[in-house]
Amino acid sequence: MIIQGLTFYMFAFIAIAAGVMVVSAKNPVHSVLFLILAFFNSAGLFVLMGAEFLAMLLVVVYVGAVAVLFMFVVMMLDINFVELRQGFLKYLPVGAVAGLVLVVELIVVVGGWHLSPEALKTAASPIPENVTNTHALGAIIYTDYIFLFQAAGMVLLIAMIGAIVLTHRKRSGVKKQRIADQLARKPEDTLEIIDVESGRGI
Amino acid sequence: MTEIPNMVPVIPEIFVAVIGMALLMLGVFQKAADDATEVKTAHLVSRLGMISLVLTMMLVATVAGSTFNTFSGMFVSDPFAVYFKILILFASALTLAISHNYMENQGIARFEYTVLVIFATLGMMIMISASNLMSLYLGLEMQSLSLYVIATFNRDDERSTEAGLKYFVLGAVASGMLLYGSSLVYGFSGTTDFQMLGNMFDGDHAPDASLGLIVGIVFILAGLSFKVSAVPFHMWTPDVYEGAPTPVTAFFSVGPKIAAIALFIRVMVGPFGDLVQHWQQIIVLISVASMLLGAFAAINQTNIKRMMAYSSIGHVGYALIGLVVANEAGVRGIMIYMAVYLFMNIGAFACILTMRRAGRMVEKISDLSGLSKTHPMVAAALAIFMFSMAGIPPLAGFFSKLYIFFAAVESGFFALAIIGVLSSVVGAFYYLRIIKVVYFDPPDETLDTPIDRNLGYVIFGTALIVVLFFAFPGIIIDGASAAAAAMFTK
Repeated sequence: MIIQGLTFYMFAFIAIAAGVMVVSAKNPVHSVLFLILAFFNSAGLFVLMGAEFLAMLLVVVYVGAVAVLFMFVVMMLDINFVELRQGFLKYLPVGAVAGLVLVVELIVVVGGWHLSPEALKTAASPIPENVTNTHALGAIIYTDYIFLFQAAGMVLLIAMIGAIVLTHRKRSGVKKQRIADQLARKPEDTLEIIDVESGRGI
Repeated sequence: MTEIPNMVPVIPEIFVAVIGMALLMLGVFQKAADDATEVKTAHLVSRLGMISLVLTMMLVATVAGSTFNTFSGMFVSDPFAVYFKILILFASALTLAISHNYMENQGIARFEYTVLVIFATLGMMIMISASNLMSLYLGLEMQSLSLYVIATFNRDDERSTEAGLKYFVLGAVASGMLLYGSSLVYGFSGTTDFQMLGNMFDGDHAPDASLGLIVGIVFILAGLSFKVSAVPFHMWTPDVYEGAPTPVTAFFSVGPKIAAIALFIRVMVGPFGDLVQHWQQIIVLISVASMLLGAFAAINQTNIKRMMAYSSIGHVGYALIGLVVANEAGVRGIMIYMAVYLFMNIGAFACILTMRRAGRMVEKISDLSGLSKTHPMVAAALAIFMFSMAGIPPLAGFFSKLYIFFAAVESGFFALAIIGVLSSVVGAFYYLRIIKVVYFDPPDETLDTPIDRNLGYVIFGTALIVVLFFAFPGIIIDGASAAAAAMFTK
């Protein structure tokens, strides 16, 4: 029990500390790396709760895809982060008040939270016993929810078609690399040997 | 283990999905060596798409009959769904027919357009057949994603890009609201299945509905209002309608709207039908506001696509009266209204698509002057559509309004009916103004002749339906009656 408690505090503390570092780190690349650390620790928290499938998803989807995407954006866009950070102190009091309100609201909500008795009675897929939740999810997602699974696949296909349609088009003034042309280039086409008299220039 | 779900009711959807993917493959593997072959491929795919949509219509009619629930209650096929699916398929097929020429002229004839229209149709069909909040959401998203892309299909045009971006951002907000509402409903009831939700509030249990659930219903309502562009969630409509390519605007004004109205009925009358006293006032407000805004805001417009946007907001207001009534007559009224609205609107947009001057599209209302001299047939058809939208007998638009107003009066919603009649009088002003411009204003410059053959067919066909509705009303009204009856027998 005590080990479980200690592990929880370790994961929780590192996750929060990493979250703070994401917003306060000077270098945006460091921010993304801290974000990945936060994701990993949240995944640890999920494992502690017995939701190992969610933990796996968090690592695969968020660390594997989203964080890498962020990294691309950060490295490709030329954003002046110092400029973005200006006025941080000016807006700090307002932000702090908003944060405080949010914390109080969260405490009220969590304090008054209880499961609706009807909800437990009518749950479409009650939590099965003695199976891992990956197994339990797998057992319904390809049977009871196959329709939704396939429909979600179609939505992703449409998203892919859409992204290609919107970005892949003929544009004037775009320079493309033509490897065949590059290989076919001969020195005579581009090089000119000029005998320059010393001290005079061309 | 689990048994295989009954696939028969879903055959039309599977067919549409397979066709969409097959056409995508066809388009991708046709070598697009130059612009000419690209246009040729686009035309081929578009024609095949149209044919398969007609085939799907037949499939839908074949599967029709009694009510089937399949995929553990995710999907339902009943006469209500069949009626709306046929309307949607009409809308998509007609859209493809009127897009043909426009896309080529604008230099954006690409096969992906057809593929996306077909996928949007698939999304709408899933929406209409949804009997679970999850399948509802997936259908809606499938439709919306395809529509965002075709709104900005003319990527080199600034207005088209802007329209797509606006539609995307506001559509995402609407989806967020809908999802939040669904999560509240799920949290307070423990189920997303329409049948189980309906049973929960059956008869005496209606007062049991907790406040959280009502808030959830209100959020779902707001999300759906966005999709039908009802006031106060209409802000995106004029800009998106103006910026999107004209055939896409035609599609927006019918397809997604009809599907979302169907969803409105399905959700409100189905699972939450017994909570009618909780949501009725909201729909009254939305309906009245839409009718009034649609009537008054359209008066000042000079761009015909913007005017049609406001007009469509007004039409949604009239249709929602039927939902306020929330009985069989009301739902039947909506169904007739949407069918007539479909043909009027597609016809009117086909007329707008003929407005070209020296090869370029023009879209100011004043550009229509002299249409009666250069295109007498198109002018006559446009006059028919405008008279019908204004609700002048004996055209179809009159009867569709009549059924809605009758349903309201029968259930004692006199104020609503009176506001409806008054706002349609105001609306008549701007519809009649177009007819005045077409017939009596001196022309500045003439519009191009001749018009595209496909457009001609569509205009002729839809005008014929609008004119002859009073002679053969049975086809639409019988279908609507049967479908509405199915909605209320549990």
